Amino acid sequence: MKHLLSAAILLALFIALPFIADAVGQSSLMILGARMLAYAIAAASLNLILGYGGMVSFGHAAFFGVGAYVVGILAYHAGGDPLLGFIPGTNQMLITLPVAMIVSGLVALVIGALSLRTGGVQFIMITLAFAQMLFFFFVSLTAYGGDDGLIISRTNALFGLNMRNRMTLYFVTLVIAVLFFLVLWRIVHSSFGGILAGLRQNERRMSAMGIPAYRYKLVAFVLSGMGVGLAGALEANLLRFASPDMMHWIKSGDLIIMIILGGVGTFFGPIIGAAAFMLLEFYLAGWTEHWPLILGAILLVVVLGTKGGIGGLISRLTGGRT
Amino acid sequence: MFLNRIAAATAAALTLAAPALAEDAVKIGVITTLSGPAGYLGQDARDGLMLAAEMEGGKLGGVPVEFLVEDDGLKPGNGRQIAEKFMYDEDVKLMTGIIFSNVAGATVPDVVANDVIYISPNAAPSTLAGEGCNPNYFVVAWQNDALHEAAGAAAKKLGYKNAFVLAPNYQAGKDAIAGFKRTFGGEIAGELYTQLDQTDYSAEMAQIRAANPEVVFQFHPGGLGIAFMRQYQQAGLLGQIPMVLSEPSTDAVVLNAVGDAAVGVVATAHWNRDFDNEANKEFVAAWEEKYGDRPITYYASQGYDTGKLIASGLAKTGGVDDLDALRAALKEADFASVRGDFKFGANQHPIHNWYILDVVKDDSGVHTKTREVLLENYGDSYAEQCKM
Amino acid sequence: MILVIEQLLNGLQYGVMLFLMAAGLTLIFGIMGVINLAHGALYMVGAFVGTWVATETGSFWLGLPAALVAAMVTGVVVEALVVRRLYARDHLDQVLATFALILIFNQLVVLIFGRQPVFTPMPELFSGSLEILPGLFYPMYRLLIIATGLVVAIGLYLLINRTRVGMLVRAGATNRDMVRALGVDIRLLYTLVFGLGALLAGLAGYMTGPILSVQVGMGEQILLATFVVVVIGGLGSVKGALVAGLGLGIVDTMLRAFLPTLLLHFMEPSDAQAVGVGVSAMGIYLLMAIVLLFRPKGLFPAEG
Repeated sequence: MKHLLSAAILLALFIALPFIADAVGQSSLMILGARMLAYAIAAASLNLILGYGGMVSFGHAAFFGVGAYVVGILAYHAGGDPLLGFIPGTNQMLITLPVAMIVSGLVALVIGALSLRTGGVQFIMITLAFAQMLFFFFVSLTAYGGDDGLIISRTNALFGLNMRNRMTLYFVTLVIAVLFFLVLWRIVHSSFGGILAGLRQNERRMSAMGIPAYRYKLVAFVLSGMGVGLAGALEANLLRFASPDMMHWIKSGDLIIMIILGGVGTFFGPIIGAAAFMLLEFYLAGWTEHWPLILGAILLVVVLGTKGGIGGLISRLTGGRT
Repeated sequence: MFLNRIAAATAAALTLAAPALAEDAVKIGVITTLSGPAGYLGQDARDGLMLAAEMEGGKLGGVPVEFLVEDDGLKPGNGRQIAEKFMYDEDVKLMTGIIFSNVAGATVPDVVANDVIYISPNAAPSTLAGEGCNPNYFVVAWQNDALHEAAGAAAKKLGYKNAFVLAPNYQAGKDAIAGFKRTFGGEIAGELYTQLDQTDYSAEMAQIRAANPEVVFQFHPGGLGIAFMRQYQQAGLLGQIPMVLSEPSTDAVVLNAVGDAAVGVVATAHWNRDFDNEANKEFVAAWEEKYGDRPITYYASQGYDTGKLIASGLAKTGGVDDLDALRAALKEADFASVRGDFKFGANQHPIHNWYILDVVKDDSGVHTKTREVLLENYGDSYAEQCKM
Repeated sequence: MILVIEQLLNGLQYGVMLFLMAAGLTLIFGIMGVINLAHGALYMVGAFVGTWVATETGSFWLGLPAALVAAMVTGVVVEALVVRRLYARDHLDQVLATFALILIFNQLVVLIFGRQPVFTPMPELFSGSLEILPGLFYPMYRLLIIATGLVVAIGLYLLINRTRVGMLVRAGATNRDMVRALGVDIRLLYTLVFGLGALLAGLAGYMTGPILSVQVGMGEQILLATFVVVVIGGLGSVKGALVAGLGLGIVDTMLRAFLPTLLLHFMEPSDAQAVGVGVSAMGIYLLMAIVLLFRPKGLFPAEG
């Protein structure tokens, strides 16, 4: 029940956001809101393995970037030469988003298969290492702009909607986000989700029960990578731009920060965290050029002063009703 | 001294936080990079721009202006976000300030598509210079390639026959080497790509020495360049093998940090502090009065020129209500640039002179001294692809 | 041949620098279990304060103690105010808190010293080159760095293996709870170790000043490589940090120096250049991935 209430409140807020934005004369909040949704998807996907599964990946920005580049590269070839001589480019969102998820998933399969042989801090570092390798790969990929990034001339098309209209784009993003969170809800509350949580708490016991831990963790890792890839594909559509900056390790750090800020291992935490982090960055940067100092201080206070991030704080303030 | 700086910085922060709200002031959106290692680039471009307005008492071309300045943190997504805010919330019709090509790539296409005029004080990637050009997009600085074409032309003019070239392995680095080669035309004794996060260049130094070329060209922006120059000197190569550099490697801040290790190097530039024209003298004097010992970089000069260009446009139109008129007025480039002659090419990128400079040391420290004109009325190679 | 020796020395010098950074980081991790992303900030503090004193006084050598003291004091203050509250927390909270410290320190440096990179003077005595082998001239200053690193390595070895503090450090790295249970003043030990790590980072920051550029954000540039060293070496192992630091420094330098040329024998020049640079950029990460796949706990894991 209480989850349903939280979901309803969040959904109502996000539906109302464009209208509030218009009413207060800050309609730029619309693209910020859409980007918040994209980052909420990314953070929630990472939270699947980090919060529920206890695997701290410091390289998830790699999948974010891969998703963005899939959209960018497909659009680049749309109507032009086919990619690698046989893959036709496309500008249809119904194709680009699933392809972005599949490609991210495949990359996650390779990285996960190798990384999951380690654990703890070594896992953090090895995922970081793979992300850095991909980062350097895209930086030196001259064909698609390298470090300068890849400009996408048009937002992906969907059912003949006018994707130039910011309101339309926002609600398309919102619908995709809602679908994503419904699927994520099913995953987290399935027996698979239960096993994942069990693996976090006591891997040895789960193994003794005959659960193939490695395989479960790998599946979770791939699912997580696919989610982050979807988020990257959305961000590329919103910015009409893809660049290696999207897979920089600072971006991986940002995703982790969003999760901690909102509440690790909670369903709605990453959404709250992503929104809070981006609002903070946006308004602080608008307020003073020394915004990193204030952002740093706020993060420090949150981590030292609260347990379980903003989500935990709200939960305690409302007597456990989130 | 510490406290002074803190006080000054805080004061600066406060004035930015609460810009003086003048009635009917034309809002100018400034998206720039202030945090991170490259923060000084954005700071100088911004200060140069605002200096132009301050000298006119808060006006440009007789029209009161208000600057909205925000830090993009060198994140393309943030740059775009700030642009959205300026366009939709603040109804800004005139923007400038972006330092880096990747931020420009995420931001400029959208800004100009929404019928907002964007004037670049620094970055000008080729994607926006040729087929991607736009009537709303002006560049005051230079097209990215031209920087390095100037260095290649200088090496050729100085009679060097073979060159060793180095740059980081990323887009701007590859553009730099391609640009140098395009105009140099001589033999390439060696071509090395370094890494973007590299701090130690000893391996490269050893290879340069082994190849023993007539001249070295290297492009390493910011801190990378400082490390490279100092290590070049420490490896005993300075004075042994001459070096020709493009402009970003010899800005005044970099030279301050490099010190003696740059003396004797040949630099190329489109502006230098010692230029003997009225506009430049006025600019240098105003900067010195306001910022004292802070070195004047060419980023500051470009910011200042951007201000003067806007002033020339606003003086003719009186505001931003008629964008067609403003575009036409800007295109005339009817202002006295601190670099001397200045006009726009077909793609609204500058056509101006490039110069050979020497890095020298005297009582006022290490700085660049103008030697001669290198390229006269030089534009860029993308202008002909531009169809507006 | 001379080129190979020269590149080996270059790799050694880079490795020594990595070791200075990694030694502190690995001790802090091994003994307190803290992932300290702000280690690079201490490196930056050392470089900036040392440079400032050196510029004001005109002496490189006066800058040295200033850098060490500044970094150590900053480290101790950070430990007392922030890190101390993180010992009982999980790694995620540590990552967030120390990341926040990076933001804060970078902006403080902007406020105090400005945004532009600063010039660190080179000590007069070491500004030339020395002919160490016939035909091989090597910068004296780099030799000084190598020597400094080796002295620090020996000093740390003696400190850890021959003193009572060292014994506690070793015990702490192997079994943290045990030391706590024995009634040792663990807080003092923690502060000491953190201060020592900060001091080494400050030393590294100031010593690299004359060769690299001293600027805001310089700490993050070396942070990732340092973490790679710590992980390859084995968490908590100073010996591992030394071996991994030197190894990584040499491998990285050698790859950059020789891989593109080597590849010329197998492929077209433009491909060789592209592949060579690509692989050497990924080099240290590739190396770490390979080491971890075969030795998931690193080369010299300290934890029993």
